[in-house]
Amino acid sequence: MLKTGTQAPDFSLNTTPDQKLSLSQLKGKRVILAFYPADWSPVCGDQMALYNEMLKIFSKHNAQLLGISVDSKWCHMAFAQDRKLHFPLLADYEPKGAVAKLYDVYDNEEGQCKRALYVIDEVGVIRWSYLSPVGINPGADGIIDALNEMKK
Amino acid sequence: MSKLKPPVGGKDHIQGNKNAAIELVEYGDYQCPHCGRAYPIIKSIQEKMGDKLKFVFRNFPLAEVHPNATNAAVAAEAAALQGKFWEMHDIIFEHQEHLGDSHLVKYAARIGLDVAKFTVDFETPAVLDKVEGDFESGALSGVNGTPTFFINGERYNRSWEEDDLLYYLRSK
Repeated sequence: MLKTGTQAPDFSLNTTPDQKLSLSQLKGKRVILAFYPADWSPVCGDQMALYNEMLKIFSKHNAQLLGISVDSKWCHMAFAQDRKLHFPLLADYEPKGAVAKLYDVYDNEEGQCKRALYVIDEVGVIRWSYLSPVGINPGADGIIDALNEMKK
Repeated sequence: MSKLKPPVGGKDHIQGNKNAAIELVEYGDYQCPHCGRAYPIIKSIQEKMGDKLKFVFRNFPLAEVHPNATNAAVAAEAAALQGKFWEMHDIIFEHQEHLGDSHLVKYAARIGLDVAKFTVDFETPAVLDKVEGDFESGALSGVNGTPTFFINGERYNRSWEEDDLLYYLRSK
């Protein structure tokens, strides 16, 4: 994982089939980067659906959530529509996993992102990170604690 | 390790022995099929453990995926104002397929609530606040889906099939 206190590397990825989003566009906001293995996990309240319900809490902290996986922009679009997600899913698709590699959270064996979280502050500095065991949805307590800490 | 925040207190609905050494907290969603499956499992565990167990239910409605979940939670909290939280909690889980507002009113009548009062309480902002407060506490505590269980304040990450959960609780 990249170190807390270092500058988060910029990137630009598709968020819809015809739109790109780069990290630097979000200066002035806090950013939660949620790397996850794949769309379409089979439970209710999977990690992305869960965070989707917490957007109000994140926005109280001036934080924008971004989900990132190696799924394609078309796959993300279908997934986001199906689960009624109200935050961007970024397609780390071509070259595959490049941003995950940049953030040191790529699983070479499985060819997908690890389950990892970064919280980045208003000027692009990494303030907190967490690598979760791949099978365990980490919830949001670590993110909210980090956002609370940053107020001080 | 994800910890329960805030700890169980006066605002919580508690079933069983309030002074029991083992405390099981469920964050649940009334429209979630997994919570529906957990419901009889918890009942059976409560029966087997008797006064060794304290059980607490907190609301965690996943409103985007379960459009009736918030209102069902509000209905249970409105019933609590007449001292019948658990009766409502039970009848809702026993009729998970039918959670429209008109059904909720029928359940209120069936468990013997003053329906006029229930209908007013159902619309009271304070009741919705209680549900949203539970949800926020769940977010802070590391709830990672529904149901999520906390045992003596720590998130339980293992299987909640009856044998597994009972074995774990008895080992505490």
